Amino acid sequence: MAAKGHASAKGPEAKAIAAEESGSSAHTRFNAPTRLTGAEIIWATLVGEGVDTVFGYPGGTILPAYDALRKFPVRHILVRHEQGAAHMADGYARASGDVGVAIATSGPGSTNLVTGIATAMLDSIPMVCITANVSSKLLGTDAFQEVDITGITLPVTKHNFLVNRAEDIAPTIRHAFQIARSNRPGPVLVDITKDAEINSAIFDFDAAKPRTNRPHPMLHVGEAELAEAAELIRNAKRPMIFAGHGVMESGAMEQIRTLAERAQIPVALTLLGIGGFPASHPLCLGMMGMHGESWVNDAIQEADLLIACGMRFDDRVTGKLTDYAQKAKKIHIEVDPAEVNKNVKVDVALVGDLREVLEQLLPRISGRDGAAWLKTIEASKGESAVRDIKNLPDSGHLYAAHVMHDLWRLTGGDAIIVTDVGQHQMWEAQYFHHDKPRTLITSGGLGTMGYALPAAIGAKFACPEKEVWVVAGDGGFQMTAAELATIVQEKIKINIAVINNGYLGMVRQWQEFFYDSNYEATPLVSPDFVKLADAHGIPGRAVRKRAEVEAAVEEARASSGAFLLNFMVEKEDSVYPMIPAGSALHEMIRRPGRDPLEETADDE
Amino acid sequence: MLHTFVAYVEDIPGVLTRVASLFRRLNININSLTVGRSERPKLSRLTLVCEASAEAGHRIRASLFKLENVVDVDDIAKAPSVTRELALIKVAANPHNRAQLFDLVEVFRARIVDLTSESLMIEMTGVESKIEGLIEVLREDEGRILEICRSGKMTMRRGHHVSSVVKAMDAGPIVADAGAVIEEDGVASEPA
Repeated sequence: MAAKGHASAKGPEAKAIAAEESGSSAHTRFNAPTRLTGAEIIWATLVGEGVDTVFGYPGGTILPAYDALRKFPVRHILVRHEQGAAHMADGYARASGDVGVAIATSGPGSTNLVTGIATAMLDSIPMVCITANVSSKLLGTDAFQEVDITGITLPVTKHNFLVNRAEDIAPTIRHAFQIARSNRPGPVLVDITKDAEINSAIFDFDAAKPRTNRPHPMLHVGEAELAEAAELIRNAKRPMIFAGHGVMESGAMEQIRTLAERAQIPVALTLLGIGGFPASHPLCLGMMGMHGESWVNDAIQEADLLIACGMRFDDRVTGKLTDYAQKAKKIHIEVDPAEVNKNVKVDVALVGDLREVLEQLLPRISGRDGAAWLKTIEASKGESAVRDIKNLPDSGHLYAAHVMHDLWRLTGGDAIIVTDVGQHQMWEAQYFHHDKPRTLITSGGLGTMGYALPAAIGAKFACPEKEVWVVAGDGGFQMTAAELATIVQEKIKINIAVINNGYLGMVRQWQEFFYDSNYEATPLVSPDFVKLADAHGIPGRAVRKRAEVEAAVEEARASSGAFLLNFMVEKEDSVYPMIPAGSALHEMIRRPGRDPLEETADDE
Repeated sequence: MLHTFVAYVEDIPGVLTRVASLFRRLNININSLTVGRSERPKLSRLTLVCEASAEAGHRIRASLFKLENVVDVDDIAKAPSVTRELALIKVAANPHNRAQLFDLVEVFRARIVDLTSESLMIEMTGVESKIEGLIEVLREDEGRILEICRSGKMTMRRGHHVSSVVKAMDAGPIVADAGAVIEEDGVASEPA
């Protein structure tokens, strides 16, 4: 491991501490207040917070911390670019539900984290980033590798800290963990000056405990609102439940299911809500929004009640706001008061933790006959439903949708799928049917290309026993492909599916639909990904035909180490249906008649 | 509409940036911002005035509360409150035309806090319209005003209250005489 590399490079401080600890084992857990350097306090505090894995990259100002690492039971994953560290911490957090930790040095090390931090911010992911900075007396002097990272990350963190005293490190890191996990989760950055790392202070983990978390003062779940919500649900003829990311963040899967089943209300999912309600459940309609199925979006436009649970009416979900769900009353259950009435005006707001709110609401909900509305939705699927593509005749072409469907079928839907951003992401959401929470890991809010590979590495460390698949396009994969070397160095088993269509596919699709097929800067020349994997010592295989998919996927799964599949899919395929940006839900572009994936009434 | 937020924030470096950054992100211009120590130890009190849509108030307040260093936020809206602003105005004046300014200052219940052979400084506390009234009159003589320094608005709800009362007031109906800030006599004699 990385820590071993540092063992021989002992500085004078390191020796002093070793003496103080009288050569005790590396797995020291400090139960009594002990004098430590700031660098040691960083690790001791992380260990105290339950951290055993961090993702990072060393450098000048963070060297004291790396030097101290060998004394602590923390596995450090050496990334190839700090953006990878941030995405790995993010993937770790999404797969485990715990806080992910990324470490970087000052200057470029810290700025390289920014995209990953923003990705976590937009999707409310609990993450703590620890960066080092130049010594406090050099702050603000444009010293070598100095950058104002707390200033830079201010708008993309939930909160950030600049620490310049060793005695402040433990309380600040503990506070950072509390902020990252509490209320609506998010990323927190702690910037520590080099002198704070080098100086020493008394480390007392318990004394460094932050004040009790204060819930947002505008949380409000009133009796009147609960009664009104129950009344609306009772009287609704065409209700829908929206399940968002909050379902998983608050652990309300059971409560959502109870509500849906008891009142016989169909459930539509946001992209990040996928997994929060089982796709195989008869009441599950699938994903809503820009690339949601037509019957879902049509149902939203016809609904008379929307029960929005832990979601924020993102523009990808609503389309044109003035035409959005005009016939529906809206109940919004949401933990962040700033999201209420932000995009969509709601009739009843229950502002609080989703699970707690549903626990209060459920006793007021009685059984209800929803058959007529469910039948209407079922009937609306008709022509536009996606037929089960496994039954399609093999036309010799390889469609990305085939790959997603086969992956789902062959993995039993049990794998963690980590996608990049673009067409393949939407196909995954449409064709891989997730029944369990935290099995789809994807950058929804920020839409960060290059996310998949590093986030999958993080997910694998969070869930080493799970099968993890990267699903990435040829464009996004190249943004962070350097992390293939991380996979090899850390000897982890990850399967990689590159959905290779030779284009920046989603942009190409927009160009086709809205820019007269002017494919400016979207055709993409890529290296041979199988050879690229081979250069890293990762075996791989190219897949060109539908008939080859199953054997290839099974070969990857059976391989003891990482494996890459390069799926050479149809080049100019598009994701349907699609609501053009700025259009209303009912103005969607439906599947064209020539599309082999469209179901006709004759299909079984 | 004009929104007035009163907030208690931690008195540590960077807090003002966080508050200001929130408004920058929302593309809302801050009309005025005053900050100073409060009755609560280690907490500063700020009054922030901005122009935003009527619906924006709720979201701004909720977003302010999400800032870690913000302890309390009150959206004054149209609740009965007292708002004051302090202005220092340096005016060109010589021994020949001073007397006229002395009269003017008397009328506006302002006071003169510095006097030299070429200029004098007027200190005035009051509502915005009153300060603007004085400035307007002083501008009648071109070139007379040398410098203006205004503090921005400071606002306090009327009546005795603690935070819990503020919350109760939020939930309740808006008081009938809301909107107009009642001017009080003798305000000019209050210490600045």
